[in-house]
Amino acid sequence: MNANTFTLGRALRLFIVSFGALIFLAPYVFMISTAGKAQSDIFSSSLNLIPQNLSYVANFTKALTRVSMTTLLWNGVVVCALIFVIQVVIAIPCAYAMAKLKFRAARVMMVLVMLGLLVPIHATALPIYVAFDRAALLNSYFALVAPFTISVFGIFLFLQFFRAMPDDLIHAARLDGMSEIGIIARVIVPNAWPAITAFAIFSVVAHWNDLYWPLIVISNQSYATPPLGLLYFRAAEAGDDYGALMAATLIITFPLVAAFLLAQKRFVEGITMTGLKG
Amino acid sequence: MSKLSLRNIHKAFGGNQILKGVSLDADENEFIALVGPSGCGKSTLLRILAGLESADGGEIVVGDRDLSPVPAADRNIAMVFQSYALYPHLTAAQNIAVPLVMRNLTRAQRLPLVGPLVPSQRKAIATIKREVRDMAVSLKIDHLMDRKPGQMSGGQRQRVALGRAMVRRPSVFLMDEPLSNLDANLRVHARGEIVELHRRAGVPTIYVTHDQAEALSMADRVAVMIGGALLQLASPQVIYDDPQHIEVAKFIGQPRINLFASQVAEDGMVAMGNTRLRPAETLTAGTPVTIGIRPEFVAVSRNSQHGLPAHIDRVEFLGSEIILYCRLDAVGENVIAKLSPSEGAGLAAGMPVRLQFDADRLFVFAEDGRRLPSLPVNADVALETAHG
Repeated sequence: MNANTFTLGRALRLFIVSFGALIFLAPYVFMISTAGKAQSDIFSSSLNLIPQNLSYVANFTKALTRVSMTTLLWNGVVVCALIFVIQVVIAIPCAYAMAKLKFRAARVMMVLVMLGLLVPIHATALPIYVAFDRAALLNSYFALVAPFTISVFGIFLFLQFFRAMPDDLIHAARLDGMSEIGIIARVIVPNAWPAITAFAIFSVVAHWNDLYWPLIVISNQSYATPPLGLLYFRAAEAGDDYGALMAATLIITFPLVAAFLLAQKRFVEGITMTGLKG
Repeated sequence: MSKLSLRNIHKAFGGNQILKGVSLDADENEFIALVGPSGCGKSTLLRILAGLESADGGEIVVGDRDLSPVPAADRNIAMVFQSYALYPHLTAAQNIAVPLVMRNLTRAQRLPLVGPLVPSQRKAIATIKREVRDMAVSLKIDHLMDRKPGQMSGGQRQRVALGRAMVRRPSVFLMDEPLSNLDANLRVHARGEIVELHRRAGVPTIYVTHDQAEALSMADRVAVMIGGALLQLASPQVIYDDPQHIEVAKFIGQPRINLFASQVAEDGMVAMGNTRLRPAETLTAGTPVTIGIRPEFVAVSRNSQHGLPAHIDRVEFLGSEIILYCRLDAVGENVIAKLSPSEGAGLAAGMPVRLQFDADRLFVFAEDGRRLPSLPVNADVALETAHG
């Protein structure tokens, strides 16, 4: 069958797929549009996708000056990077041990990981908050990062990936004179990039967009993460300057969109390789 | 150089006894093939020797050193895996260099960024590069050095794996079915090369295979393992001509040895057709025994009056030889005979023939599988007694 023939079925499929894409893209497109509208334009009775008079510059200037956008973005980068790096440093050796080493507690650990996957952050939020409060750790990077450093999801994802790695590869490394740490650094990690990339996307997206936890532990603006910053922005502006708000949202979501587009191929690769679809 | 000896190695997985006290000695320069059906424990034994598994009991001695408590990384034992187990992210040259990098560079010298600052690192790396180069040239893979395993053919990967194993001059060399992923032509060619490499390296080599042709053609001595026990360790010729156990006789030889259930007669002899054999030990009459004869010692004739009457079921022409599948008229047992094309000319399925067994080549096995040494009694005497 020629893939280029334009049959009815193909047309129908394309239509459905395009329609779905349009629905998913619509809010983002509308956000881009609103970010360029003046106040009067937004509250006019007619709905226009293209702004009547472009006020991108005005809106972006407002967004960048009224809250310290650089602090927000910097906090977002620091928190996400710290969380991701520590998660990987803990999860990879842990998953390696569970996948490839034989020890008695492996089964118990597997059960614990499964249990860990079932417990949402909301269940443990209060005790952790109380503990941080007593330890005077609120309003710090530590409070933002520490609860997420051990990612059971990460352990689970790497575990699935490592199980598929041939045992002989690790045996060969051992015979070549590598220690267990050496095996992780020289054999496991270089071959696990697809899984690490996939996990990076999951982790960074989740923590960049997280509003729940920063809202609980942060009251000082200088530690605010981007979503929390947006919240302050809205509150400070009495919530009616939607043009500037959308401009700020655009700035904050842009790094993720760009990162995803760059890593798209690897991301899909990683997901299919770990067998974690959907 | 080093001698290798395994003493009474035991291993069980769960309640399952995989190795039942295996002992084996290899001289320096010796090539030993460990052969057996799948699941007989030969790969487990190899892994224990390499330190990848721990034995439940027993000793592993290389040179004068007991290796049992030594971790795999420090044993200086090299192994070629069935899957080759090359590092997929490294080029051929880097793959071969890994064991040298791990051994010849200090921990600090190996660090990225910091390593080049450590004194004498550059010199050590130059030495490694030279050794890798020499190894590549001797294996004729120097043109592949910049390729990654994914870009190489099976035969090329196998050479890189050999190079990685040999480059560090191990004290023992292990191979786990290294040829089983190659196509038939390449496999026969690679046999000769591996033997040659072994001769050059001059260290004891244990070669695990399930392919008896490989074992017999390559090894100085063949160790036949069946069901977790080492049944016989001897030169290929002795293994073939003088098997000490029925399982060895059954496993080695293509086509398979002919086996017939029989019993010890009243006079303590074992009879097969007109041939009578006297076991070295006296056995009570009626003791069940098994008689074996290899297909090439079964003579087939159309005109002779001697021998057991049979019919040909099937003829297989293999070029240099002919395999006959016959059925004995009297008892309905199947007998396989191997003939040269000239001997077998004109034979076809359905023909009546007479089969004669070479009396000197008959094996007698006890019920527990042990070989019972026995001598043929003069055929004339046997005939007389038969008639008398």
